[in-house]
Amino acid sequence: MADQASSGHSATFDTHERHIASNRVFGFWVYIMTDTILFASIFATYAVLNTSFAGGPTGKELFDLPSVLLETIFLLTSSFTFGLGVVAVNRGRRQEVLLWLAATFVLGAAFVGMELSEFGSMIAEGFGPRRSAFLSGFFGLVGTHGLHVTFGLLWIAVMMVQLVRKGVTIGTTTRMMNLSLFWHFLDIVWICVFTVVYLLGVM
Amino acid sequence: MSDHQISANHIAGAGHGTRTSYAIGYGLSILLTIVPFLLVMRSSLPRGTIVITIVVLAAIQIFVQLVFFLHLSTSSEQRWNVVALLYALIILLIVAGGSLWIMYHLNYNMVPY
Amino acid sequence: MFGKLTLQSLPLDIPIQMGAVLFMVLVTAGIIGYLTVKRKWKWLWSEWLTTVDHKKIGVMYLVVAFVMLFRGFVDAMMMRSQQAIAEGAAQGYLPPDHYDQVFSAHGVIMILFMAMPFIIGLINIVVPQQIGARDVAFPFLNSVSFWLFVAGMVLVNLSLVFGEFARTGWTAYPPLSELQYSPGVGVDYYIWALQISGAGTLLTGINFVATIIKMRAPGMTLMKMPVFTWTALCTNILIIGAFPILTVALALLALDRYLGMHFFTNALGGNAMMYVNLFWAWGHPEVYILVLPAFGVFSEVIATFTGKKLFGYTSMIYATVAITVLSFIVWLHHFFTMGSGANVNAFFGITTMIIAVPTGVKIFNWVFTIYRGRLRFTTPVLWTLGFIITFTIGGMSGVLLAVPGADFVLHNSLFLIAHFHNTIIGGAVFGVFAGVNYWFPKAFGFKLNEKLGKRAFWFWLVGFYLAFMPLYVLGFMGMTRRLNHYNNPAWQPYLIVAAVGAVVILIGILHQVAQLVVSIRDREKNRDLTGDPWDGRTLEWSLASPPPFYNFAVIPEVHERDAYWAMKQDGSAHQRPAKYEDIHMPRNTGAGVILGVAALILGFAMVWHIWWMAALGFLGLVVTVIARSFEEDTEYTIPAEEVERIENELAAQRQLQTSEA
Repeated sequence: MADQASSGHSATFDTHERHIASNRVFGFWVYIMTDTILFASIFATYAVLNTSFAGGPTGKELFDLPSVLLETIFLLTSSFTFGLGVVAVNRGRRQEVLLWLAATFVLGAAFVGMELSEFGSMIAEGFGPRRSAFLSGFFGLVGTHGLHVTFGLLWIAVMMVQLVRKGVTIGTTTRMMNLSLFWHFLDIVWICVFTVVYLLGVM
Repeated sequence: MSDHQISANHIAGAGHGTRTSYAIGYGLSILLTIVPFLLVMRSSLPRGTIVITIVVLAAIQIFVQLVFFLHLSTSSEQRWNVVALLYALIILLIVAGGSLWIMYHLNYNMVPY
Repeated sequence: MFGKLTLQSLPLDIPIQMGAVLFMVLVTAGIIGYLTVKRKWKWLWSEWLTTVDHKKIGVMYLVVAFVMLFRGFVDAMMMRSQQAIAEGAAQGYLPPDHYDQVFSAHGVIMILFMAMPFIIGLINIVVPQQIGARDVAFPFLNSVSFWLFVAGMVLVNLSLVFGEFARTGWTAYPPLSELQYSPGVGVDYYIWALQISGAGTLLTGINFVATIIKMRAPGMTLMKMPVFTWTALCTNILIIGAFPILTVALALLALDRYLGMHFFTNALGGNAMMYVNLFWAWGHPEVYILVLPAFGVFSEVIATFTGKKLFGYTSMIYATVAITVLSFIVWLHHFFTMGSGANVNAFFGITTMIIAVPTGVKIFNWVFTIYRGRLRFTTPVLWTLGFIITFTIGGMSGVLLAVPGADFVLHNSLFLIAHFHNTIIGGAVFGVFAGVNYWFPKAFGFKLNEKLGKRAFWFWLVGFYLAFMPLYVLGFMGMTRRLNHYNNPAWQPYLIVAAVGAVVILIGILHQVAQLVVSIRDREKNRDLTGDPWDGRTLEWSLASPPPFYNFAVIPEVHERDAYWAMKQDGSAHQRPAKYEDIHMPRNTGAGVILGVAALILGFAMVWHIWWMAALGFLGLVVTVIARSFEEDTEYTIPAEEVERIENELAAQRQLQTSEA
């Protein structure tokens, strides 16, 4: 449960492990900053292309706001459940962490599922990313976010396995913190997506 | 669980919240999500007003999540994280804003309609 | 089964290319043969390929960079020789088709596979030592970065063997780089080589920002860091800000080419100008990424070889930071002529002129450091003096180009080519050569041959001016870039002079090779046993040459700038501690190599549309990363007694040199 590294190692190990953990979290935060700039570049591209309909459909004609609201609630709630998981990991409660991670996974998967369904029906109607620059931008931006969430789901699954195998250690806690940064970051990006793409897109 | 156990697992720079703080963040975010959706779906306010409102609400929600979910604060532990974030935001504004300014002018001058 | 790849993909009908392929095959076979006969595979694998030691990773970067310098230089010789003869009726030996690939490969290789690894190699070797750390923040990630870079490098070289390279120039603008106008695999090689190696660079950026921010020795505040470390920090800050933009530009181009999307196409609303915009939003910070560490090298070299502290440290730092910030707001000057109009052009023209100012400040600081000092004219100093003059000229031509009105005449002329070679060679390349000569003893334990080093410098300097000053004139005379043939006899004399210049530079490069060979042969005579062959000022010189793998047995406490100089002054240098502690170091691992190989497989498969292979490569990446994350045993402990034993040996070695002196 609690810090397992303190048993059976020389005194320097604990401080050393903590130092590594703290550096890892900072390093991951810096990575998140690069991902921010990545999304910013895709957003800028979307903004440049989002009126190039090429005779094809506009956002107003395509977007179903109630279902976007629903998938937003799913993602937002998954951020909340993840947060509760972090509280649990700080208290060393492995079972509780697993519970919250599972809840996060289900909600995240629901989000991705709804998104895939949205993409699928658009493509089926002939309004896929090849139809126009606007649609390329839409699929590119929303798709990149969805891909990130999918990777996050994979990571949550791996995280759960690691917690089962090793319990709550300084190592798994560090990874949990990094995953938390990643997951919350994706929810923040989604705020920008639903505002700029969907809400502004239908007006 | 005792505070000692919490601090034993605490990693410098990771920040941490409580169930309450996450709940507050969640509640505020739900509100800040539903309102803009309702505004766009139901309201008959002028378009310009709605646009500004939803953008402002989005900015507020981002801030809420940075504070309540990502635990960004002015504490010395978080200081470099805040610096890194400010850097990213500045680059973001320059690149995105600059690109939009540039592309607007390029499109105006170079794309025939 | 193999996508688009067939036997026709081999360049059997292009003799020059087949020659190059044969040469590469022979060299590779030779290396493999040598390793096998000498039974050195195990050594290579466990000492070098799987290392996570920043010093060794740095050396590997330098080796690859030097090899790629040759490849890029051969391209340069081909272009110079072609242009020297292809006037009027003479067609030369390179048809446009081939010539276009040559200049595209030349640009990609020189910037991304020669200059970048030289810079990153030096940063790897030096920075942890300068800040009193034992390694970088993420040693495994460091290895991954290197192997991703190698994967990209191999892809570029494979394009010689299978298929073709891009014909678009190193910038690959759409619509030319789109499927409609580049249906072959060339642009795909370009995209994947840059994406994969770019990912490696981004990870390096994260690594060094974390390292420099978090792992400095106690007492080393930011304003006490060596200047080279400061420039390394700023460079890596630029990397993390800029490289994601390139990732997006290339990814969107790939989506256009692979999935038929319309980000940058002519049809259905795409906007090719957005690619240009994104590319240069990355591209301009990129050139500062290349040159800032060179500025850092010069600061270290001048201070060391005048025996004086650097003049105006604070203003140097502020100037460096100013350049870092400004480098993000000038990028439009690369496309003044694309049509954004007077207001936009004026804004970026002004910012571009402003960015010259802090660089000027730095030049003054170097000159003032030399003033009233006793400058020792070693090889690194010669490169530095050569830089001061050469880069200043290049900078001035840059300020001229910064005027939009002038740029409308000179954009994409040879004047532009002269300008950026002037700054990149005079700045980044000279800086790297100075740095390599300066830190070589630290890395390898013996000095480089001075005589050959100096001769190499003089051939490079004279060759550079012969090769590039005529290009300024040709630019004014109206010659554009990327021409394989021309009809103006007035241009030819200048191009002949330029070709001669290229040959002179080649002689310089050959001298550098000779310098290496001779120095290795004479290494026992030139051993550096004290660790401080130049009477240096910064912490790396407090360590043995080469340092023990853990660098510092005891992490030093720093009180001032030029920490080692201060220690030498007050007698606290090389003091032995009362007792030693256990040291924890990261284990070597093959996971970095595996990731590099998987990335190479993915990239190659994507180029040739071999989807099953691409899936395998991708799966390899994912599985390796996940497997690595389960690895618990990533560190090992060196007991204090072992540390003491090593330190005793090193101390004895130092005594040896001092008593012999």
